[in-house]
Amino acid sequence: MSKISRGANFNSGNSRSVQTLSLPDLPYDYGALEPAISGEIMRLHHQKHHQAYVTNYNKALEQLDSAISKADASAVVKLQSTIKFNGGGHINHSIFWKNLAPVNEGGGDPPKGSLSNAIEKQFGSLEVLVQKINSEGAALQGSGWVWLALDKEFKRLLVETTANQDPIVTKGSALVPLLGVDVWEHAYYLQYKNVKPDYLKNIWKVMNWNYATQVYEKECI
Amino acid sequence: MTSRSGFSARSSNENVAAKIELKAPPYPLDALEPHMSRKTLEFHWGKHHRSYVDNLNKQIVGTELHGKTLEAIIVNTYNKGDLHPSFNNAAQVWNHDFFWESMKPGGGGVPNGELLELIKRDFGSFEEFEKEFKTAAATQFGSGWAWLVYKAQDNKLLVIKTPNAVNPLVLDYYPLLTVDVWEHAYYLDFQNRRPDYLSVFMENLVSWEAVSSRLQLAKAQAAQT
Repeated sequence: MSKISRGANFNSGNSRSVQTLSLPDLPYDYGALEPAISGEIMRLHHQKHHQAYVTNYNKALEQLDSAISKADASAVVKLQSTIKFNGGGHINHSIFWKNLAPVNEGGGDPPKGSLSNAIEKQFGSLEVLVQKINSEGAALQGSGWVWLALDKEFKRLLVETTANQDPIVTKGSALVPLLGVDVWEHAYYLQYKNVKPDYLKNIWKVMNWNYATQVYEKECI
Repeated sequence: MTSRSGFSARSSNENVAAKIELKAPPYPLDALEPHMSRKTLEFHWGKHHRSYVDNLNKQIVGTELHGKTLEAIIVNTYNKGDLHPSFNNAAQVWNHDFFWESMKPGGGGVPNGELLELIKRDFGSFEEFEKEFKTAAATQFGSGWAWLVYKAQDNKLLVIKTPNAVNPLVLDYYPLLTVDVWEHAYYLDFQNRRPDYLSVFMENLVSWEAVSSRLQLAKAQAAQT
């Protein structure tokens, strides 16, 4: 049976250790994004939904480690969907918490500098980009995300959706996520109920364009 | 195409009104309390289900789908998996009709008669069926549904799960029972606790009478084809 280590790397016999993940802290209080997103939603979203992705991803990694050391290819392949789902959930939500910020910490402030120029050049204006993201988000059937992404190969911005917890790289290996909007119902239901468009309208009041700008400039210098 | 729903009066007649209508559940919106709240029914039926109906009607007006039965629209727009834009709305209208009719006040418990015998035959025991059904519903990633279906070719009951709006009509099974696992179905009452929602559904809401009569209809229809 392989040993599972949390953070530390040590070898026990011929089994590798599995590096497991933990839930990242939110960089702000649960209520700090009100009234755009309620504290109740933020608490459930972080403590229950994101935590579940982390827990289940770690469990899947244990099972994967065991399957690999038994050379059980069938078991390895069977685990792929739960790894993609839970690992993707962890990846996507980790980005999402950084995409948002309280109003008094820059949330809602429009982008500046090179990202702002790129948006103007490619979409005409920030309003047009936001409208495009919102209409893709509203039209998405079922669960998923809508992304503002950078294609780092062509240095182009694009708006793209992913289903369920698929990370943006599943739509292109050169894609880097700048902003993601969670349109799973758990992201807004308690507050906005079926009116997804209202959630999409209000989330921009706490959007952290500073983070998006940092990521963009890192890739584009 | 043979009607697979049978239970739904809507699809039994080819000469249907051109507009798809929103059917009410067969009980008042507060009748499933405390297991499924009136508030949930007000939103789930009154907003979500109604939107699927309204949006479908907007999509099909002036097209060849206008005037067809709901089931014909579903099969047509499923398009062997290459979904047309109106598939989601059409299938979700049907799925929600089927879901309301799968529940009743004072429901749950265990079925009897031929249905129970077949469940025991094909799953080992009622408990094993319930476990498989709840597991399928709990492990459907993202939005979707879990179903008890009748597979005519094998004369067998099966549990399946489907993503988003996909339903057994397009998979060549006869649907017998469903539970909605889109988050809007349980979030107001249970938040993230989908397994609790599923337990409450099984213990208090399932209309085994509806499931039994659907099974009878399915076997009769299968015998005719």
